[in-house]
Amino acid sequence: MIPLANPVPYIAVIGLVLVGLFAVVFKRNLIKIVIGITIIESGVNLFLITLGYRENSIAPIYTSSPGGLMSLPVPQALTLTSIVIGVAVLALMISFIVHIYRHYNTLDASKIRGDEE
Amino acid sequence: MNDILSILVNHSPALIVAVPLFGAFLTPLVGMINDKLRNVFVIFITLLTGFFAVILVNEVFTNGIKTYCFGAENPSVNPVVRIFFEVDGMSAFMALIAVILPIVAVIYSWGFAKEETGQSKYYTLILLMTAGILGMVLTGDMFNFFVFLEITSISSAALVAFWTNKKNSVQAAFKYIVISSIGALMVLFAIAIFYGQYNALNMAVIANSIGFGFLDKIALVVLIAALTMKAAIAPMHMWLPDAYSGAPSPVTVVIVGTTLASLYGVFRVVFTIYGKQFLTILRSFGDFAVTPSLIIGVFIVVLAVLTMIIGVFMALKSNNFKRMIGYAAVAEIGYMILAVGSAISTYFIPTGTTTVTMAEHGKMALTGGIFHMINDALDIGLLFLVAGAVYYATKETSLNKLGGLSRKMKYTTVFFLIGLFAVSGLPPMNGFASKLIIYQSTYQVNPVLAIVAILCSIMLLAVFVKVFHSAFLGPEISSIKNVKEVPRSMLIAMGILAALIIFFGLFPEFVITNIVEPAKNALLNSSEYISAILGGV
Repeated sequence: MIPLANPVPYIAVIGLVLVGLFAVVFKRNLIKIVIGITIIESGVNLFLITLGYRENSIAPIYTSSPGGLMSLPVPQALTLTSIVIGVAVLALMISFIVHIYRHYNTLDASKIRGDEE
Repeated sequence: MNDILSILVNHSPALIVAVPLFGAFLTPLVGMINDKLRNVFVIFITLLTGFFAVILVNEVFTNGIKTYCFGAENPSVNPVVRIFFEVDGMSAFMALIAVILPIVAVIYSWGFAKEETGQSKYYTLILLMTAGILGMVLTGDMFNFFVFLEITSISSAALVAFWTNKKNSVQAAFKYIVISSIGALMVLFAIAIFYGQYNALNMAVIANSIGFGFLDKIALVVLIAALTMKAAIAPMHMWLPDAYSGAPSPVTVVIVGTTLASLYGVFRVVFTIYGKQFLTILRSFGDFAVTPSLIIGVFIVVLAVLTMIIGVFMALKSNNFKRMIGYAAVAEIGYMILAVGSAISTYFIPTGTTTVTMAEHGKMALTGGIFHMINDALDIGLLFLVAGAVYYATKETSLNKLGGLSRKMKYTTVFFLIGLFAVSGLPPMNGFASKLIIYQSTYQVNPVLAIVAILCSIMLLAVFVKVFHSAFLGPEISSIKNVKEVPRSMLIAMGILAALIIFFGLFPEFVITNIVEPAKNALLNSSEYISAILGGV
């Protein structure tokens, strides 16, 4: 079961995801849409990290550990993977934006339309 | 000799992903030597993947679920924390679709992409996408599923934008990557909820301990919303016609596989992970019990009807060859989930209230829906290849500027007719076989569903007859007087798909008993999937 001793990080997660979704849905500038996606990503990553954290725990390194409670290593590994994937997606999206700007001379989503021929 | 074969069979789940992944990054190196050599190499890699897929599928269909553990000598010790590939009938079925499409696409690309620059990167991305799709359908681990989902998203979005000099392609690619990255992040969010609750990432382990509490409901909604977004189910279908028509045609054929793999994700989540909770009674009114299966089923059926209707109407209105096929693809996805939705809502009913005949109809609907998945991949694939051939010969996709092509492009015309019959469900093509099953079974569930489905098929026929009339018949148009039949490799690729379509149409019984039935049984028995990992817990 998810530990709910300290709800602040979870509230932050929900806030970040909602802010990101707001940006994606309502902003017209393509760069802002991309920023919205990265904010959602940060929210999800924060969620993963928070799930693995235990009160007063130490980093999960087994060699020469002083003993005591360790935080879970798996969510940290997942977060690392997710960050790496996020960077790749971000780079790809921004390169698309460069191309879109070359074709349309604008980044306003409402002015970017495909030909309907 | 037998030893080698059994070793290959044992390791086939890993090899089937490793071979295209390795081949993808070797392709640019081989491409530095010689273009022809590189094309042969890519075809060889896809055929090798196909070979592994066939021996794996054969193994799964004869000996049941196959699990493959990464990073442990003895996986039976604490299987909960291991990373597994778990291949059951449904995964095997999807793997078959996922290897047929790239083989066809790379053969077709030999002629189609001859003039393009950056071919090595093009083939690299196609192989990466293949590896991603195969990983998605074979994995038994939620996080692995997310990673492969992202691999397919990134490589397919990059391929949609392959023609960077066309504004349509680039803006479609941006739309596609926004949709798929948000979808993938939501999947990751749901995975995090699962991990927080059950301390596991393995699908079988999660499925074994799943409840139906508040967080599970959130995870279910998030997963279904995200994956249906990627599978282009209305009202989130709008990226699909853009992406399908913006991409080079052979790429579109492989992207059809991505869409189906996302649909597979929906099935895996609904049937396997939440399968145990289908019969929880949430509320009851007298004899009538409201269960999760009923709610999910009705919800999916409503989405399906919307998807079909929107798909065909937009196709009717469209005037661009490739966009039209894109909308038809949306409608076809509607058929699959219509069948699956009616199966969920009728097959899983608490004992006591169930009527046996209804459950039988639900089962049949599921057979039809799964059969239609492979048929859709073949039909839509063939139509896109024909559209690509027309584009290759004339550099046009607008129907207003095409005409009289049947005089110069005889073979392409024949292939188009085969695709037309198949997609609109006329005998003797494969579309008829699966659609007939869907009509029959959904009619028993609710006659309105079958009527809508038949109506949509008729309109699909109208759509493609219009294309046939305006592009292939009529007088020659002076601006495209010098068209020639397309190169042989493209004809071979279309021929492979057309042959499969006719074969599936003539022997539907053979296909259903050999590959569709195992897939259906795998979906309906989630306990087998769980016990394959946890050993009969």
